[in-house]
Amino acid sequence: MESILVLTHADESGAALSKGSLEAVTAGRELAARLGAKLVVGIVAADAAAQVAGAAKRVMAVEGEAFAQPRFASDAAACEALCRAAMATIVIAPGSSRFARVMAAVAHRLGGVIDTHVTAIGGTDGAEATRWFYRQRIEAVVSRDKRPWFLLVDAGTNAAFASDASEVKPERIAVELPPMRTNVTGMRAPKLDAQTIRPDAKLLFVAGAGWTKKQPDGQVHVEQAGELILKFVSASGASLGSSKSLVDQGGEGNSVLPFLTHLNQVGQTGSTPRHAKGLATCCHGEEPHVVGWRFIAERRAVSLDANCGWTRGKADVVYVADAFAVMEKVNALLGKNR
Amino acid sequence: MPAGFHIVVCAGIVPDPLQTLEPTTGPNGPGIKNEMVLPAVLDPWAASALYEAANLAGKNPGSKVWLVSLGPKAKLQQVMMSVAQKVSFELVPVDGPIGGFADAQATAAALADAIGAIPGLDRERLLLFGGWESATRGAGVTLQLLGERLGIADQFQGVDAIDVRTDGHDAGSFEVLERVEGGKHQVSVCAGAPAVLGWATGNLPEPRNNPQVGMANMRSIMPALQRAKTAALDANGLRYVSVSLPKQQRTTRVEKNMSAEEIAREIVEWVKQ
Repeated sequence: MESILVLTHADESGAALSKGSLEAVTAGRELAARLGAKLVVGIVAADAAAQVAGAAKRVMAVEGEAFAQPRFASDAAACEALCRAAMATIVIAPGSSRFARVMAAVAHRLGGVIDTHVTAIGGTDGAEATRWFYRQRIEAVVSRDKRPWFLLVDAGTNAAFASDASEVKPERIAVELPPMRTNVTGMRAPKLDAQTIRPDAKLLFVAGAGWTKKQPDGQVHVEQAGELILKFVSASGASLGSSKSLVDQGGEGNSVLPFLTHLNQVGQTGSTPRHAKGLATCCHGEEPHVVGWRFIAERRAVSLDANCGWTRGKADVVYVADAFAVMEKVNALLGKNR
Repeated sequence: MPAGFHIVVCAGIVPDPLQTLEPTTGPNGPGIKNEMVLPAVLDPWAASALYEAANLAGKNPGSKVWLVSLGPKAKLQQVMMSVAQKVSFELVPVDGPIGGFADAQATAAALADAIGAIPGLDRERLLLFGGWESATRGAGVTLQLLGERLGIADQFQGVDAIDVRTDGHDAGSFEVLERVEGGKHQVSVCAGAPAVLGWATGNLPEPRNNPQVGMANMRSIMPALQRAKTAALDANGLRYVSVSLPKQQRTTRVEKNMSAEEIAREIVEWVKQ
């Protein structure tokens, strides 16, 4: 019979669990209910235990200053200790940067196996994990005989668990730490007004290389393009994505949009974000770009190419028009409606 | 301690991203139709790692770069014809299957054996580089498993920059920027090698082809390919229940005759819904 451990961690504040952790709790509870399995929740940061009230009968936690830092050596030791204490056959954890950094190593230490970027956990008699291969181009359902089986669940694939009012008394698990050679010194982020990546935004706005190409007057209008894009992102609260070709232009000494970095890039060598809606502009929709849109629910595009094969069947609506003209009008309307 | 780093870059080969991929099932499990004849490239994020490795080696005299790659020998030779012209490295090929459906644990074991057998590799100066995820399996676990097998206690994933301190009491230590959620970088300072760095895009453009570098590299690449050991990858109890292409096809409304005003109004209404 399976037993399930859900591993969770605190968010940047240290006082609350990350959203991804609460989503993993939901995934764990659903699987435990389906398989009739025992469920244990493990927390890296004891202060956040109240948030899993009602999730499981047994809650374990590691605590201490060393675990405030998202760092390989301390996080791997903490997760290993929790796993050894729980002795679970299936370990579910959020696919956050913090746990993605350590969980394969933890699986190895326990003689287990791991699958990451899991988008669904199904199966009736046993667990089956759905994940994508070849950068979201091929979908597969996998199963494993070997235990413990670690599953890192992608963000946004489950609802966040909502705690009840019951009291939680986590068991404190002791961790033996190796000497620390790494110190996390902080975070580096763009200034608040320049932060264009917003994972929680409803809309993803994707800027393609067409914004920096010659326009009908034979000139490039990079400054105007930059103003239009930033104005729209600011007025709509959208997250800004970009195609690889547009970001790469910066490294090749061409005219670029200075606020775009590789972090904005979506697709083959970028991210595959999850937003409810996506609006692509001046993109010519190559396969890598389609890949970047895999998890966008409603998709619209503004493009001058009426015959772009990549948008057909991938976007819900394609407006064949000049994005400069359209976005100027869009910004004017958004400004009026404010 | 001798100066410089011993940088081992792990990089697989993947189908060119612009190729259409179709899954098939053979006697050894799932695969990609005609994968052996599809044009292949060095895995994009791992290629960033290779360019960053060469750049770091250039700035730290006494450093050396090895490229460890697992794939069919013939395919590796084909990809190396172009990769070898970019930067200097010594190839450590492992003759094995191509594709993303092999088990990552087995891949890591084969790579660990190959790295362990590199003559003259100084583990105390080792920086293990690679892409943080491949463009095939995309799991982001192989490098981590490899680090564990090699006993490396400091690992970083989604790396975009490394800055090595070259003087002072902390010479040899380095600052690392790792991608985290929300478009931010986590900043860490590590006491020094050995460490694992799984690279994201980094900050370097793709180097221009240099035929002289290519010729120098190929002198050691061809004999290395001939000597390459074969690795059979264990499935580790991994079973594929199904492998398929996404079926969702949308009915696209193509609007060719709307004015900019009409389109803008419709977009604003849609955004606000």
